[in-house]
Amino acid sequence: MTHSEVHSVGRRGDTVLQLMVLAVPVAVTVWLLTLLGPVRAQGALRFGIEWVPSLGVALDFLVDGLSLLFALLVGGIGIFVTVYAAGYLRGHPLLRRFYLYLLLFMLGMLGLVLAGNLITLFVFWEITTLASYLLIGFDHASATARRSALQALLVTALGGLALLVGLVLLGMVASSFDLAAVLARGEQVRQHALYTPIFLLIIIGAFAKSAQVPLHFWLPNAMAAPTPVSAYLHSATMVKAGIYLIARLHPVLASTDLWMWTLTLVGAATAVIAAVLALRQTDLKLALAYTTLVALGTLTMFLGSDDSVAVAAAITFVLVHSFYKAALFMVVGIVDHQAGTREINALGGLAGRLPVTFVAALAAGLSMAGFPPFLGFIGKELKYEGALAIATEPVLVAGAAVFANALMVAVAATVVLKPFVGSRPPALTATREASVSLWLGPLLLAALGLTFGLAPGLLADTLVQPAVTAILGRPETVKLKLWHGVNVPLLLSVLTLALGVAVFVWQRRMRDLLSRAARWLPLSADRLWDGALAALRRGAYLHTRWLQHGVLKGYLAVVFAAVAAGLLWVLVHSGGLPEQLGWPRLTVKEWAALALVLAGTLAAVGCRAPLTAICSLGAMGVGIALIYLFFGAPDVAITQLLVETLFLVLVAMILHRLPLANAVRGPRVRLGHALLASAVGIAVSLAILLVLQQPFGSPTKNYFELAAVPEAFGRNIVNVILVDFRALDTFGEVVVVLIAAVGAAALLGSRRRALSARAQGTRRNP
Amino acid sequence: MKSIVLQGTTRLLVPLLLLFSVYMLLRGHNLPGGGFIAGLIAAAAFILCALAWDIRTARAALRISPARLAAGGALLAALSGVPGALWGNPPFTGLWLFIGGGAGDKGLPLSTVLLFDVGIYLAVLGAVLTLFFALEED
Repeated sequence: MTHSEVHSVGRRGDTVLQLMVLAVPVAVTVWLLTLLGPVRAQGALRFGIEWVPSLGVALDFLVDGLSLLFALLVGGIGIFVTVYAAGYLRGHPLLRRFYLYLLLFMLGMLGLVLAGNLITLFVFWEITTLASYLLIGFDHASATARRSALQALLVTALGGLALLVGLVLLGMVASSFDLAAVLARGEQVRQHALYTPIFLLIIIGAFAKSAQVPLHFWLPNAMAAPTPVSAYLHSATMVKAGIYLIARLHPVLASTDLWMWTLTLVGAATAVIAAVLALRQTDLKLALAYTTLVALGTLTMFLGSDDSVAVAAAITFVLVHSFYKAALFMVVGIVDHQAGTREINALGGLAGRLPVTFVAALAAGLSMAGFPPFLGFIGKELKYEGALAIATEPVLVAGAAVFANALMVAVAATVVLKPFVGSRPPALTATREASVSLWLGPLLLAALGLTFGLAPGLLADTLVQPAVTAILGRPETVKLKLWHGVNVPLLLSVLTLALGVAVFVWQRRMRDLLSRAARWLPLSADRLWDGALAALRRGAYLHTRWLQHGVLKGYLAVVFAAVAAGLLWVLVHSGGLPEQLGWPRLTVKEWAALALVLAGTLAAVGCRAPLTAICSLGAMGVGIALIYLFFGAPDVAITQLLVETLFLVLVAMILHRLPLANAVRGPRVRLGHALLASAVGIAVSLAILLVLQQPFGSPTKNYFELAAVPEAFGRNIVNVILVDFRALDTFGEVVVVLIAAVGAAALLGSRRRALSARAQGTRRNP
Repeated sequence: MKSIVLQGTTRLLVPLLLLFSVYMLLRGHNLPGGGFIAGLIAAAAFILCALAWDIRTARAALRISPARLAAGGALLAALSGVPGALWGNPPFTGLWLFIGGGAGDKGLPLSTVLLFDVGIYLAVLGAVLTLFFALEED
């Protein structure tokens, strides 16, 4: 089969595949739309199955206003992104893998926003983290993509660990992992002594996921992902998972000073810092990524309040932002795809070449900048109204909002105007409009921004109001209107636009100023992260060198020293040493066995040749077998004897092959070994003596003695226990023996192969 | 290190050792013995063979791969636990069948327990030989 044939077969298969993938978000969205009515009527729907009932973990789903809004975003934007990806990744050799990851992400994200159980929520939370890692690193041949993927994974997964602890604590304090039950026990949680750690742990998880300062640095780096992924995960859905969590747990954790101040300050800091950083970027995609940070900071800031207007502003903004940001990401992707660059300075005058894309960009950009009659305008007005309604710090919140929005206006203007108007660089003359699948998504999303801007009532009743009700836990009426009359929010809007236009006009100068300022800044969070990772790696290296040096003697010394120290410590703490023992009365043959043991031991210690030492140890073993035999344990004696024999043969054969030139050691080393050996010997002996002084005879022994013949038809109790009463244990032990033998054989075999390879003169990796 | 004396003695000893191992296996339920001990004795027979000639000879004498023998033994032991579970008892419950019993004599006892012990025997034999044969040098 030739290359082109493979390609065309791939294409035809791809179309079927794309339709199948597209069916998933379409079906999900349709299903969710049918739930709109019931949720509005009943408040919340529940369905699910038991999962781990003993731990109170259920695969349980809760559909209320809040979760439905986020789920619809996941499904709806998912449709547009799937269509877009079909055009963007046309003919990509790893298309199937891409769709697998994308569907995995959809599953995780839907599960996350619909979860009705804290543990279930966490599991889906981690699935989205993993899917994000896979998608950022999709271009796995690029070192940048790999680094970004790992960074995103580590930051969000570390946050995830904090979240897990926080959720478990929350579940314990609320005495249920069921979300509905937890939501109903807010008062109990807030007054609990563990409230502060719970809040901090959960909020760290949310902040890591939603990229709040100082954990924001992974999100701009995540732009290494293909653009459909950036549009979907890293602007419209996954990064809002932290926001969802904050909103979800609002009824439980909010309304404390800690909550309010943390969220307001961190959110404001994120919005302002990211807005400044966004202005610096010359890469369109990066500029958009930083404005996503602005949006996430703004959302956090508003959710710090429990005022209904502020919360309504946050929820409306979630929708507004998802529409225009996903559209703009796709627009930038089209520009990149068709013109081959995303650099502002290399682009211009493409409006005639990409007319449909330009229309989509313009509509989305106007919504982003907050021009009437787009939905963005309503969102912004509501934000200002909400900011002024926040009782504690209206000036701070409103100031941060105005500042961030003004810079958003400038960035929106940059993204929409720079590539499309002005003079066209000669390199771009061959640029042509993209295919339908590429421009359809952004155009429809931008159109939605306009439709809902003209008819905000469509959103207010169906989505925003139920979500706000769910967050605040009390019925709220939310009205969205385009025209509020001349009031403070409108004046702030005018101020925002004026500021934004000014920044846009003076943009180049400001960018120069910012890059000069950046040079004075000693550290960036990204570089700090690299430093931390390098330190971790270095620490791991040193600690591995120190602990896992590969010298067998060293390991044995550590093990024996630990045995001796542990035993002696227990002996001292458990009330000291055994009572004094009398001189034992033994028969001659017992004395003889004892003498054999002692002689074997002394010979093993005294002799220098390893083979002799092993044989002496064997003699000692035989002496011990005799002792077993004299004291009524023939089974153990036979086993001891056989194991001793086989062991001797095995070790002798191994020693035969080892280079033992350095077997003779200096006196100081031998003294150290002697001390260690004596310590282990004394500790074990004392422990055995102490054990023997405990009262003996257990009920199980009596039971086995009585039951062996009538129940198991055997007179050898040891054997009956092994093969009948405790057969499962024996089976486990045999499997262990098997695994040990196979493992040892593999090790010996690999050594043998290496030796024979060396003998043949072929070099292999050591 | 090839010794005619050792080789001659081994020729005599190996069948005796193997027979003895089966004897130890079968009498284990009532007297000292059992699958583990018997497996070690049988392994000793093959190791003796390896010492007298070489490991290749011992491997040939065993005929099948020791790892397979060990795995088969473990499988047999596991399967012997199944019949007990089929009648609603816990797995590894012993089932007994006495053939040809008369007055004062129960007859020939056959049981899943014996099957289990045979499995242990084969598993131990196979495991020890797997380890030992790995010392072979080409």
